[in-house]
Amino acid sequence: MKKFALAGNPNCGKTTLFNLLTGSTAYVGNWPGVTVDKREGTYKKLGEPVKIVDLPGIYSLSPYTPEEVISRNFILEEKPDCVINVVDATNLERNLYLTTQLLEIDVPVVIALNMMDAVEKAGDKIDAHTLEKKLGVPVITVSALKNSGVGELMKRAFEAGKAPRTGVTVLKDTPLSHLINDVKIALEAKGVENPLFHAVKLTEKDELEVKSHSDALKLVDDFKKTFKNDTFGSDFEALVADGRYQYISRNFANVYTKKGEKNLLSKSDKADRVLTHRVWSIPLFLVILFAIFHVTFSENFLFLGGLFPEGWDPLTGTAFEGVLFGGAIYSPGVMIFNTWNDVILANVFGWIGEGLKATGMSAWAYGLLNDGILGGLSSVLSFLPQILILFLFFSILEDSGYMARVAFILDRIFRKFGLSGRAFMPMIMGFGCSVPAMINTRTLADENERTATIRVIPFFSCGAKLPILMAIAGAIALSSGLGSADIITYSMYLLGIVVAIASVLLMRNTTMKGDIPPFIMELPAYHAPRFSSLMIHLWDKTKHFVKKAFTIILASVIVIWFLSNFTWGWTMIESEEHMNQSILASLGQFVQPLFTPLGFGSQLNSYGWVFAVAAVTGLLAKEDVIGTFGTLAAVFVGTIIDTEADGGVAAVQAMISGTGITVPALIAFIAFNMLTIPCFAAVATAKAELPDKKAFRYTLLFWIVTSYVVSAAIYVIGSWWWTSFIFAAALAGVIAGIALYNKNKKLKPQRV
Amino acid sequence: MEKMLSEFAVGETGVIRNVFGEGKIRRRLFDMGVTPGAEVYMRKKAPLGDPIEVNIRGYELTLRKSEAACVAMEVKK
Repeated sequence: MKKFALAGNPNCGKTTLFNLLTGSTAYVGNWPGVTVDKREGTYKKLGEPVKIVDLPGIYSLSPYTPEEVISRNFILEEKPDCVINVVDATNLERNLYLTTQLLEIDVPVVIALNMMDAVEKAGDKIDAHTLEKKLGVPVITVSALKNSGVGELMKRAFEAGKAPRTGVTVLKDTPLSHLINDVKIALEAKGVENPLFHAVKLTEKDELEVKSHSDALKLVDDFKKTFKNDTFGSDFEALVADGRYQYISRNFANVYTKKGEKNLLSKSDKADRVLTHRVWSIPLFLVILFAIFHVTFSENFLFLGGLFPEGWDPLTGTAFEGVLFGGAIYSPGVMIFNTWNDVILANVFGWIGEGLKATGMSAWAYGLLNDGILGGLSSVLSFLPQILILFLFFSILEDSGYMARVAFILDRIFRKFGLSGRAFMPMIMGFGCSVPAMINTRTLADENERTATIRVIPFFSCGAKLPILMAIAGAIALSSGLGSADIITYSMYLLGIVVAIASVLLMRNTTMKGDIPPFIMELPAYHAPRFSSLMIHLWDKTKHFVKKAFTIILASVIVIWFLSNFTWGWTMIESEEHMNQSILASLGQFVQPLFTPLGFGSQLNSYGWVFAVAAVTGLLAKEDVIGTFGTLAAVFVGTIIDTEADGGVAAVQAMISGTGITVPALIAFIAFNMLTIPCFAAVATAKAELPDKKAFRYTLLFWIVTSYVVSAAIYVIGSWWWTSFIFAAALAGVIAGIALYNKNKKLKPQRV
Repeated sequence: MEKMLSEFAVGETGVIRNVFGEGKIRRRLFDMGVTPGAEVYMRKKAPLGDPIEVNIRGYELTLRKSEAACVAMEVKK
């Protein structure tokens, strides 16, 4: 099958064109080793099917970003039959910079002059004919948005792909042309493919080229000794970049005819006057953020709850009782969540469960299929609607161009922590759900920044951790009369944020040292997000998540179900009151001493293991922690406590009186659950998004150590206040140690 | 008059004379079209004074002051 590659700047409409060409055949795959999406699809309207590969959006073919290296390697090594260079006609100069580099490769190229509709709308003109003559490759004007010119583009690409093309360079009028030619001849003599491209890159002293063609480098070095330019001295990298832009300005100034004044305020500029205003931009951003969370998670939509009597629900008695209303109107997010879980999933899984029972299978098989697999799947799938809604909102912000402005507004604050403004979005999404938040880290260019952000995302307490907080905080307030549940809950959220900031600072000063990632970024023009591309985004995410749910998560669910329902004697536990005989319980007792410094270990009586076990079941889904309490409280009070009715406060109270756990230990328990390894769904996502296995293993270790140390500090200081001096001294020691170490290292010569 | 892009006031226009800095940052500036001869219009500053937004080669570019301090400019009247 023939293979065409789409290459172009970010935001040039490449993805819209890709979706248009491939329709529903597209799928997303990961490139080996890096988490940058490569999308592939098939174009079928040419008589024979053609494979279309969507390369990541790039500005250049330099070796500095993973996207650039991937695109470059793809074109050089996979040798597509034709490269379709998508060029944003509204931003011709910068887009053609990449074109001049692509033309140096020995591959057929056609140029899709995209967004012509926007150019015409502004009353401007582009002379595509002259452009084609100057560049020497076909130039086709298209509008991916309006679906015009695309058939013609593909026909020309197909024609162009039939014959090989030899690379040409626009640098022939620069002082470097002789050198480039000499290097090219030397490389050609060695039988190197794409000699012109490699010759230019070698002249620039490109890291990747210097390694692979060290012999030809001598030519460059010798030439350099005799060369001197007024502006750049003998900096060839600068001369090459300058040469390209000079050529573009010289040749294409006449191609683009502007109708109006140059600095006329466009719609984008007007929007930016408000959205990046010096005073209003930050409050406005907070309002937008609040609105998104309100629409997704609030059970009191638009705060109309006061208008209705308590427990008001016009749908009482129907299948939708308590689904859409409950003393207030639920937000659309909660309505969808409830409909999905209480009406759809509950019924579907209920029918399957009954069907299984009807087959008369053995109790253990039924337990495994119904309680284990179906129960586990439904708890994982239950998040899907809200994950998608949250993702939809953030996709809209991203596609419209607003996200780039947010980074612009907040960069100053985040730089203090060694991150860039872009890291803010994924972190704040973490308050909703870690899964979409971790996926969103793909917008971060720097690998260290991405890893650090993924690690701290779980500390921004997600929606599923809220029930743990509320149940335990409620029980503490009731049992001990200490403080109010609200204040405890709120403080725990703050604790998460503080730990996240502290961890990022720690990482950036120890294991992840390095420059703060540069912040040289395009602010794309605002445009209304397209419904179809949003849906494609969401469909990709859904597939990704469901695939995980049916593989890694399912496997974990089965293992934990088995451990909690069987005794060492290989018999199944018949009723839940006897759960303390399970393998999980005895494992819990075994690891219990580990939690002694945290307050819920050996100092508790023989039932203390329930806390250890609850923390383990929390890995499945964090709300399971409270569900487990409800089940395990049966050990003390004889019956299973329904945690639905009061959010599990009574169950936690029973646990408190049953085990004699103290308040500091309970708070340490909350902190441990908040900061430790997140649910399996989030772990699976982290594994997919982190650069490699090593980073993933360290991330797991990081979560365990952080949660353990912080919880232990809470328990010890909470129980014996004077130990705070010891902790403060230890902390000061660590900070001083790191500062001294870094200072010493700086004095020594750096390895380059 | 010559000064660095980082010293520009909002609304000022200038032409790039030279680009300093090193390695990655410099290369990134080149790739984004920040090369000698290009005209730059200082559009605005972020709420906290940094980063800045400029118009160059017909599009909006944002960069930090520390990065703008690598760009030598000739102020245009």
